[in-house]
Amino acid sequence: MTSSKIASPELALIEVHGMTRSAFILRGAMTAGAVYGATAVGPYVSDALAASGSGDIDILNFALTLEYLESNFYQVKGKAVGLSGEAQSLATMLGDQEAEHVAALTKAITAAGGTPVKKPTFVFPVTDQASFLKLAYTLENVGVGAYNGAGPSLQNPAYLAAAGSIVQVEARHAAAIGLLTNQPVTPNGGFDKPLTKAQVLAAAGPLIKA
Amino acid sequence: MSESTSTETQLAGGAVQELARDDLERKKFLKMAGKTMGAGAAATGLAAFIAACGGSSKKSTSTTAAAPATTTPSTSGDLAIVNYALTLEYLEAQFYDKVIASGLFSGSPYLSTLKTFGSEEHQHVAALLKVAMSMGTPAAKPTGKFPLQSAASVTKLAATVENLGASAYLGQAGNIKSKEILAAALAIHTIEARHAATLNTVLKMSPTPDGAFAKPMTMSEVLAAVKPFIA
Repeated sequence: MTSSKIASPELALIEVHGMTRSAFILRGAMTAGAVYGATAVGPYVSDALAASGSGDIDILNFALTLEYLESNFYQVKGKAVGLSGEAQSLATMLGDQEAEHVAALTKAITAAGGTPVKKPTFVFPVTDQASFLKLAYTLENVGVGAYNGAGPSLQNPAYLAAAGSIVQVEARHAAAIGLLTNQPVTPNGGFDKPLTKAQVLAAAGPLIKA
Repeated sequence: MSESTSTETQLAGGAVQELARDDLERKKFLKMAGKTMGAGAAATGLAAFIAACGGSSKKSTSTTAAAPATTTPSTSGDLAIVNYALTLEYLEAQFYDKVIASGLFSGSPYLSTLKTFGSEEHQHVAALLKVAMSMGTPAAKPTGKFPLQSAASVTKLAATVENLGASAYLGQAGNIKSKEILAAALAIHTIEARHAATLNTVLKMSPTPDGAFAKPMTMSEVLAAVKPFIA
């Protein structure tokens, strides 16, 4: 990561070519550093997440990282905290669907000749059903914002269709959890705000160990 | 930029109803409209609406039927899509207004949810109307008709309408040329999805009826489905 504290637009002009992992990370670091400044990237953020640039494959990899996060959260952390009743059945269904998203994005990236990011390691600071569901609500809503934010940047219409198909499901997830936990099913009112990568990183970054 | 005339506005409203009728009539109307709108009528929302709804049976593709010579290529498709969305939002907003006015949900724990959803649909109408007006002629407000027999049947109808709305937006995402309009459509699309998931859950149905990947619907499919609700 760059050590500059001030966002430096000129960094974005430095072109880094190639699809090797180091080129990918360096290009992403330049982009992230240029647009958001190094301070936007916390100490626990994986290089893969911070490195997402503006190309379609980079966007799909950004989405893949978030889907890995969600599926891991439901399937692994969900089991660990011990859920019951509706929370358990909902978490099971949602986790299965996030896992399908992981599979679809991995396949799409590979088919496009890209390298899917490796599954990161996560840390979720929740200890019981209540705190689990609270974080689930946050994560699903961040997911909606992330896809809506990235969608217009996708060049390939097939990817936009896929992203649309997935984000609709994330929104459904968010509403289902909201309903279960007495939180607003439409926390943003009539329009779901698109989130920038920096905003997504701020929310999800601390949960990613490596 | 075309000026909004009452005739064009009426035609736009009529177009919705015409397109909602059976396929044979729709094709006849498209042919006729292509001729009528050709000379003199500038890039109207109506013409673009018709062109974009050109009878494709493929998912999520827009075909241009007899597009008038004066249609502006870069925005006409987008205006048609905005007007399509606006029409659906008008219907949804009217539906919620009628449901709340009916008194069927007085004392119900779901009344405030329905009020919230109705208010959000009105926000969608306002935003889409503003966008349409900035581009050309907005679609006319349709007159909706909705059976309101019981709280249970109304909740089912609400779920149907919202799931349809979500599918409609998803079906058009790939057709929108302007990045700004696409961003707006995406921001509304997920709200319809939230509404749909909530109502499905209240009805003890799955919040995700299509599973992990939501399915889009074409403009023709959606218009056919809303046909019973247009007076």
